[in-house]
Amino acid sequence: MKLRPDIVGISLILVLAPFWLPLVHGYEALGTRVLVLGLAAMSLNFLLGFTGVLSFGHAAYFGLGAYGCGFALKYLAPSTPLAILCGMLLGTIAGALLGALIVRRRGVYFAMVTIAFGQVFYFIAFRWNTLTGGDDGLRGFSRQPIDLGFTTINIADNLTALYYFVLVCFAIAVGLMGLLLRSPFGRTLLAIRENERRARFLGLPIEQHIWLSFVISCAFMSMAGALYALLNNFADPKGLHYTQSGDFVIMAVLGGMRSFWGPLLGAAVFVVLQDSLSSMTTNWQSWIGVMFVIVVLFFPRGLLGFLRRKSQA
Amino acid sequence: MDTQLILFNGFNGLIVGAFYVLMALGLSLILNLSGVINFAHGGFLAVGGYLAYTLTPYIGFWPSLLVAPTLTAILGVVIERTMVRRLYGRDPLYSLLLTFGLAFIFEDMTRAIWGAQGVPFAPPEYLSQPISLDLFFVTYYRLFMMAVVFIAVLALFMFLRYTRIGVRIRAGTLDLETVSALGVNVRALRTLNFAVGIFLAGLAGVLAGGNLSLEPTMGANVLMPSFVAIIVGGVGSLPGTLVGGLLIGVAAGLTSVWFPSASEAVIYVIMAVVLLVRPRGLMGEEGVMT
Amino acid sequence: MVQSGNRGIIRRRRVLQVGAGIGALQFASPFIIQARGEQSVKIGMIDPLTGAYAAVARSEVEGAKLALDQVNAKGGILGRKVELLVEDSANDVGIGVQKARKLIEGSGANFIFGDVNSAIALAVAQVTAEKKVLHIVTGGHSDAVTGTDCHWNVFRVCNSTVMDGNAIAGVLMSKFGKKWYFLTPDYAYGHSVQAALVKQLEAAGGKWQGSLTPIGTPDYSALLIKAKAYKPDVIVNVMGGGDQVNSIKQYVQFGLAKQIPMGGTLFEYESVAALPDDARSGWWTYEWYWNQPKTPHVADFVAEVKKRTNQVATARHWFGYVGVHTVALVSNQEKTLEAPKLAKALEGFKLPPEVALTPNPAIYRAGDHQLMSDVFVGQAHPKKAGGDPNDFFEVTDVVPGEKAAGPVAGCVLKYPA
Repeated sequence: MKLRPDIVGISLILVLAPFWLPLVHGYEALGTRVLVLGLAAMSLNFLLGFTGVLSFGHAAYFGLGAYGCGFALKYLAPSTPLAILCGMLLGTIAGALLGALIVRRRGVYFAMVTIAFGQVFYFIAFRWNTLTGGDDGLRGFSRQPIDLGFTTINIADNLTALYYFVLVCFAIAVGLMGLLLRSPFGRTLLAIRENERRARFLGLPIEQHIWLSFVISCAFMSMAGALYALLNNFADPKGLHYTQSGDFVIMAVLGGMRSFWGPLLGAAVFVVLQDSLSSMTTNWQSWIGVMFVIVVLFFPRGLLGFLRRKSQA
Repeated sequence: MDTQLILFNGFNGLIVGAFYVLMALGLSLILNLSGVINFAHGGFLAVGGYLAYTLTPYIGFWPSLLVAPTLTAILGVVIERTMVRRLYGRDPLYSLLLTFGLAFIFEDMTRAIWGAQGVPFAPPEYLSQPISLDLFFVTYYRLFMMAVVFIAVLALFMFLRYTRIGVRIRAGTLDLETVSALGVNVRALRTLNFAVGIFLAGLAGVLAGGNLSLEPTMGANVLMPSFVAIIVGGVGSLPGTLVGGLLIGVAAGLTSVWFPSASEAVIYVIMAVVLLVRPRGLMGEEGVMT
Repeated sequence: MVQSGNRGIIRRRRVLQVGAGIGALQFASPFIIQARGEQSVKIGMIDPLTGAYAAVARSEVEGAKLALDQVNAKGGILGRKVELLVEDSANDVGIGVQKARKLIEGSGANFIFGDVNSAIALAVAQVTAEKKVLHIVTGGHSDAVTGTDCHWNVFRVCNSTVMDGNAIAGVLMSKFGKKWYFLTPDYAYGHSVQAALVKQLEAAGGKWQGSLTPIGTPDYSALLIKAKAYKPDVIVNVMGGGDQVNSIKQYVQFGLAKQIPMGGTLFEYESVAALPDDARSGWWTYEWYWNQPKTPHVADFVAEVKKRTNQVATARHWFGYVGVHTVALVSNQEKTLEAPKLAKALEGFKLPPEVALTPNPAIYRAGDHQLMSDVFVGQAHPKKAGGDPNDFFEVTDVVPGEKAAGPVAGCVLKYPA
């Protein structure tokens, strides 16, 4: 099997991040954040970029993943892998149920319905004080060291270990998504994206495919959410809010939603930009807004799409 | 006592619903003709309220009620001409992201201009009183709000029904290509339609200012119920939006009698039920925008 | 060919080693700064400069900046210049935690301040405790900060909700009566204020009803209808920020202000300023109030804030101001920046009058690290003809912090070994 240069390059950058990040005035927590939000953006893009369906409420599944993870650590058992699994389960089940309800909608309508349903989960997290902690968020849990049998990895106190743990999770999720997209199933999704009517005439069960793509996307999204909860030792209703969904979409578009790695690049640029802008000016929100406008008006194909086009020209 | 409480809250829900209607009609107009979900609608609402606050000391409350929304609409036209217009016909994703970014800029700029601290904006003294001691929750201001919303909605529907431009807007909603082929200037039509939608948002902002605190974040809270109103009523149908807005307002009001903490969630439950039973919305037409 | 390839590998390895070396330096930087001496001392301040709490957060930052300039004019901390690094938490816990790590690991902050939002303050406290950095919670009121979730390195300037509740409860009972209706926001802050007030009320044989209200509720008519139906002696409004403004605005519009009095704990100056004149009424607590003609140094502070921001000094300015002076005073007294030593020294630390700016002394309590400072109880009023246009409040009682707080509750301080 041939090694693909893009995968090798990205792996090197990510694996070595704890070494080069401080050189550019970064810090490890920032790297971990990029990985987590990058995974979220890539999960969203599974649906957005490779199935052609616009969900604007995906933060709901991100947040559900975070709460599921927190609940498991707080009430079930002090085990990190179990917590991630619980987070994914919660997000995936919710995605499967809602997906079935909205899978026939398209375009703007689909976007509106996903936003509105996303807000349902936001309100549940926000209001159900006794369970979720309401506006104060879910506290009182912390990530636990990973017991591998022969050794323990202390991700609880060692941030570098946490970074590599998140990187491993990221690699597994991204690898699975890559495999799925190369499979016949993935090809069908592309066919639906390119021309839904034609795909329908070919006798493909469009709704089932879109539903499955939605569910897969939610599963990885909630995994990202679970990792986010582990990173902060905290789950917060803001993680489910539609503004968070907007951030994920802009990450995917900013990086380039037609390319596999685009959303990761978009997440990196977005997170770093937000981090540095908000240290420089209190009006950083405006600058983020201006970035939205510039991307939409001048770089609709995202950074990777823009670069690719330039190299072709 | 209980029936009284239910009546109180039902009436109250009607007022809240009327307010949603004003927001949702503006959103709906723009969505129907141009396929743009305007996330910045809440930002325009805040701008309308703040402009009225600034203008009132100079020109008084009543003129502000018209001037502030007009200025907001002019701002809307500028934004439509320079940015939104370029995205017509593209994937709705882009207009969504654009208005989403604009919403950030609006909130931040309102804060930069008028301060992070809320500002006091009071309607005239004679409006901010209850009509009687028994019906204390019916203030003149609330009746006034209802009246303004009623007039605005009536004017909008008359405009769409009896003026040439209004008829073109309605026709464009159904079949833009044919309207364009008939020689109508679609670009101008869309700009005008956008302006009308933003005018309604600005008006809602002035009305909200008298009742709520004027804060940079005030617009974001009313945006979501307006979305739900559109979905419940049926995308593509203005009467549907009207019904949807009133319905969710009253439902939220009545729910607050028994389960105050579920009063916001109930509108989403209604939406889920409508989507299950009648996916196109209460008054939506099959095949429009779905 | 082979040779050059080898050299390439070696070079890459060396680059990596150098990179790792520099990386290690970066992480250890606080110690290096101490050794070199000429570097500035850094205070990292995390506050929600955007979002719902932006107004009060910005006041805190202004107060901190004022104190910073005063400290630097007098030689800084340990003879070094002090820098204030302000970061926006955007009212988001995830961002707040990230900013804490950025300030400590990236910028080498020696102290951390913040946050107005108690949830963020608590989450940041986990990070500062782990990193052993002295943390001053300037403006997050939740009891947990100096209660069940207290840490050895965390000190709080603003009051706990219990202090505010205890200070006003007696006044409300004696002025109006013992039948209360609560308007309470449905989150930790609201729950604990209500609990504190109810405890006092029930001890005195009073009775009550109340509505828990989600934050961000725009319309209060349903609740006010219920409140009126209960016929209480007083409506106790413990909402915060914009919610408090909205609910009071509607209470006045409904004409209830003429029938049932209103009172509560905090009614922050930033909120009062957002109300129309006729809505400024009721009995409240302030954690600090600018109009104290008899307390020395207060006029200077107020004048200085006015000069810099063109605003009236509020409790929030005072929180930031006290925070910066606290760390400067204790560091210069102990001649160190080591958090465990400073924390020990702050236990029982008494603020000098030019910093405290209150009639009675202000002391950090040893048991839970809560600042015991005066609570100002009194009545809000519209602008008085001929009076100061910024005066909306008449202080009738000053309750000493020690008395308002009661005994230490729920806090067990565990210092690192």
